[in-house]
Amino acid sequence: MSRFIKWFSLLALLALMLGACTGGQQQAAEGGKPFRVAVVMPSSISDLAFSQSMYDALVGIQQEMGGPEKFEFVYSENMFKVDDAAAAIRDYAAQGYDLVIAHGSQYGTSLREIAPNFPNTAFAHGTTNRTFVEEGVKNVYAYEAASNEGGYVNGVMAAKLTKSKIVGIVGPIDVGDAKLYIEGFEKGVRETDPSIQILKVFTGSFGDVALAREAADAHIAAGADVLIGTGQMVVGAIAAVSEQGGKVLWIGTQSNQTKLAPEVIVANQVYDWKVVLREIIAKVKNKQFGGESLLITLKNGGLRIEFNENFSRLGEAKPAAEAAIQGIINGTINAVP
Amino acid sequence: METTPLFSLAVVTGILTAGIRLASPYLFAAIGEMFSQRSGVLNLGVEGQMLMGAFTAFYVTLRTGNPWLGLLAAMLVGVLMGLAMAVVSITWRAVQGISGIGFYIVGMGLSELLFKALLGEVKVINTGFNAIHIPLLANLPVLGEIFFRQNIMTYMAFALVPLAWFVLYKTTLGLKIRAVGENPHAADTLGVNVAQIRYLTVTMGGVLSAIGGAALSIANLNVFQENMTAGMGFIAVALVYFGGWKPFGVLFGALLFSMVMALQIFLQVYRFPIPSEFLIMMPYILTIVVLVLTVGRVRSPSALTRPFVRE
Amino acid sequence: MKNHLARLLRAKQLDSFLPIVAVLAAFLLGAGMLLLMGANPIIAYRAMFIGAFGNQNALAETIVKAVPLLLIGLGICISFRAKVMNIGAEGQMIVGGLISVAFGLAVDGPGWLGLLLGLLIGFLGGAVWGAIPGILKAYFNVNEILSTVMMNAIAVQLMNYLLGGPLMDPQQAQSLGKLPETARLPEAYHLMRLLPPTRLHAGVWVALVLALVVYVLLFHTTLGYRIRAVGFNPSASRYGGIRVQQQVVIALFLSGAFAGLAGAIQIYGLNYRMITDGSPTGFTGGAGFNGIVTALFGGLHPLGAIPASFFFGALLVGANAMQRVTQVPSSFVTVLNGMVVVFVVSAAIWKDLRERQRRMAAVTQDPKPSIEASPTPSTG
Repeated sequence: MSRFIKWFSLLALLALMLGACTGGQQQAAEGGKPFRVAVVMPSSISDLAFSQSMYDALVGIQQEMGGPEKFEFVYSENMFKVDDAAAAIRDYAAQGYDLVIAHGSQYGTSLREIAPNFPNTAFAHGTTNRTFVEEGVKNVYAYEAASNEGGYVNGVMAAKLTKSKIVGIVGPIDVGDAKLYIEGFEKGVRETDPSIQILKVFTGSFGDVALAREAADAHIAAGADVLIGTGQMVVGAIAAVSEQGGKVLWIGTQSNQTKLAPEVIVANQVYDWKVVLREIIAKVKNKQFGGESLLITLKNGGLRIEFNENFSRLGEAKPAAEAAIQGIINGTINAVP
Repeated sequence: METTPLFSLAVVTGILTAGIRLASPYLFAAIGEMFSQRSGVLNLGVEGQMLMGAFTAFYVTLRTGNPWLGLLAAMLVGVLMGLAMAVVSITWRAVQGISGIGFYIVGMGLSELLFKALLGEVKVINTGFNAIHIPLLANLPVLGEIFFRQNIMTYMAFALVPLAWFVLYKTTLGLKIRAVGENPHAADTLGVNVAQIRYLTVTMGGVLSAIGGAALSIANLNVFQENMTAGMGFIAVALVYFGGWKPFGVLFGALLFSMVMALQIFLQVYRFPIPSEFLIMMPYILTIVVLVLTVGRVRSPSALTRPFVRE
Repeated sequence: MKNHLARLLRAKQLDSFLPIVAVLAAFLLGAGMLLLMGANPIIAYRAMFIGAFGNQNALAETIVKAVPLLLIGLGICISFRAKVMNIGAEGQMIVGGLISVAFGLAVDGPGWLGLLLGLLIGFLGGAVWGAIPGILKAYFNVNEILSTVMMNAIAVQLMNYLLGGPLMDPQQAQSLGKLPETARLPEAYHLMRLLPPTRLHAGVWVALVLALVVYVLLFHTTLGYRIRAVGFNPSASRYGGIRVQQQVVIALFLSGAFAGLAGAIQIYGLNYRMITDGSPTGFTGGAGFNGIVTALFGGLHPLGAIPASFFFGALLVGANAMQRVTQVPSSFVTVLNGMVVVFVVSAAIWKDLRERQRRMAAVTQDPKPSIEASPTPSTG
């Protein structure tokens, strides 16, 4: 029974402290003050991928809007568990942030439940196109990236650059943004040169760097000389590519990976969420709290292809890539897989 | 141009080369864990120790440009992690399963925290241990590529196996380790310092796990990423059981697991008509199946997980 | 006077505070780290406390977090009592979740009967996933640590496959996003919410009742006696006529069952669909590991697991709140979590030492040796 005494005394102690602490719930000043944004992200702000792209965008917006006095933001990173994220989203909303961003498509279900409880808070949710407006929820924006567009352009470049006519893909699991990007890439390759073989390996997780490396090596052993990949674990694949001494090339996505291997990286598709953030913030300031689905595309500048100008063979790919970008922008190319 | 066919020599070579490289972090960590378990201490914190080793080795190599210094630093961190585990599980006689999980969580969090504080972003180094070609042997057909063009830490991992066998079975120290793990009271009466031996093996386990992590970050990959071991530490613990607490058994397990892992990657490359998820399961399933088919009545060290108290 | 104080300090009741002292020590070390990172520890811990207990919603979240920890912890109590190291709760929880969500989507159940059946089938799913390592251990001499580690990885891939394919929400399958999640379960499968708008759901009653059931099972039934006997001394049990192998399978079967039920309740109680993000802990959130820690904190006693799970739920929920307020990297929270585990588990030795002190004192003060001081059986 001593265990009970132990735990009940612990609880009593906690209750005492609770009484002592709850008195002064802090609350930040409202109205006319800085625009306050909170963001909940599934991975780390330094992941060179999904979460970092949002973090970088918020830093950028903060600069545009004139520093922390005008634009304040806080974040919760590594909220890979949906329930933790839900708690964070609810907490931020309760704290009166102007805009709460749920930056993870898996958070949708929780957001659907939380948003109606905070009708005066705007929420943004990505990547998805579900605003729940058809279910009567009026304060959720949805945003997503047409990552298939950059995938298509990268596919065109890969097709132009491969000499062995074999290209390889290193993916995490075959769903979501990764799937969309990869299928866009495949379409780009096929429509440029149908004779090219496309090899694909999924590592089964976003974390297994060692396996990503072996996947890249397997592609190379099978004859591939241009590789792409998506997910945080691709740094392993990039390391493998850079060891090949320039014989094998890499095209990146989600953020600029060039500095990881400057001599073999051709270009990167970069997500710039500033485009949707600007629009959402403007609307929230006008008291429109949600109900719209926004997309970053090559056309609106939310997606960009950043070329590595120092890459020696860039000339072989860049003209075709730029043509593809133009084609996608003016609608002559359909990049939807 | 067509891809090289699956059943070609080149592909088989590729699988074997990859398998051997993949095996080396497992070998370091699992041999370390084997010593620890042989003396009676279950250390479930291997994953955390590997991550700390991986980060330390990477960071020091990045700053100094010298992978040997990186490896040394990783070993020091391994000593600290191992000693901490030893104090808690030997001197303080904490429940070993749970303290190991505690150290796993600490190591995972701490390596990530240090990564954030000291690096802040993913970097690639080119000063790690690169593949070295062993003169003459490296030029052998097929065998040369598989065995003699690996990085130095891979050679060290494989050299560790006979060394561990020698220490365990042919030295007084090995005898003491086995005695302490089988019957600590008898060993104690014979004048063996049980705590001392266990401190030694658990610390050694920490060092070898840290080296295993370093083998990833400064030899196989030249990259550090948060939580990059992705469960390898737990597989390493499992391999000790697979190997029946014997160095060559562990070697067999590590090679089997890694080779099948490499094979499934190549099967994906060659569009084997099975969803990738099921191919990824293969090494895990096969490890169990092979064990079911081959193992006899191997007995674990009798004193495993039992703290020693002199009566 | 001095003697009185010494006796008071030696009092057995004070032992109960050792884990609290250990937690405080871990927090103190954490405070040092916070200072190093330029954060104010007082603000941080205050935020943590408010985040875990500060209002109705915080308290509800803490309890919601505790439910799977308690359920998994109950299973761990059973298996560890039988000296079976089940570290496969992660996989068992996943399989339980998969089966119960598939059932809920496929069977348009007749009201509460469907819900009950769904939970039961999740329970059984976890049980089967747990029984496999049990059979492997009992009849093929495959160590359970090995098999459960491997089966965790297999379960994760199975989940990735099913949620990305056959079980994927048809709406998702057609959209650009293609999230690995199932469709939403019909209303009939939603566990009652006890305290709207908080997410506190009826699963907490299920867990609490089962804690009692496991207590009775372990300590007041023959089956429980056998399981404990096998854990205490397998060879003596064998001589005593207990079929040791059978008990091992039963222990892992039950242990897996509770983890499977935790998975089912997580879905029926919270999100009403199964969601992952591709990471191994995408669905479980690491509850499989934290459940082990919970059980051991509760002294491998089903009733002890109740406050232990509450404490861990609070720690996890509060830590996330702390991250939000202080903006320290989330990995600090991980480190703190690990340190609490290490410190608390280390505190056990002081209990032993104090016990010995008491015995010594008893011997010196009293000619008769105390018969009350029997050492607690070692666990794990």
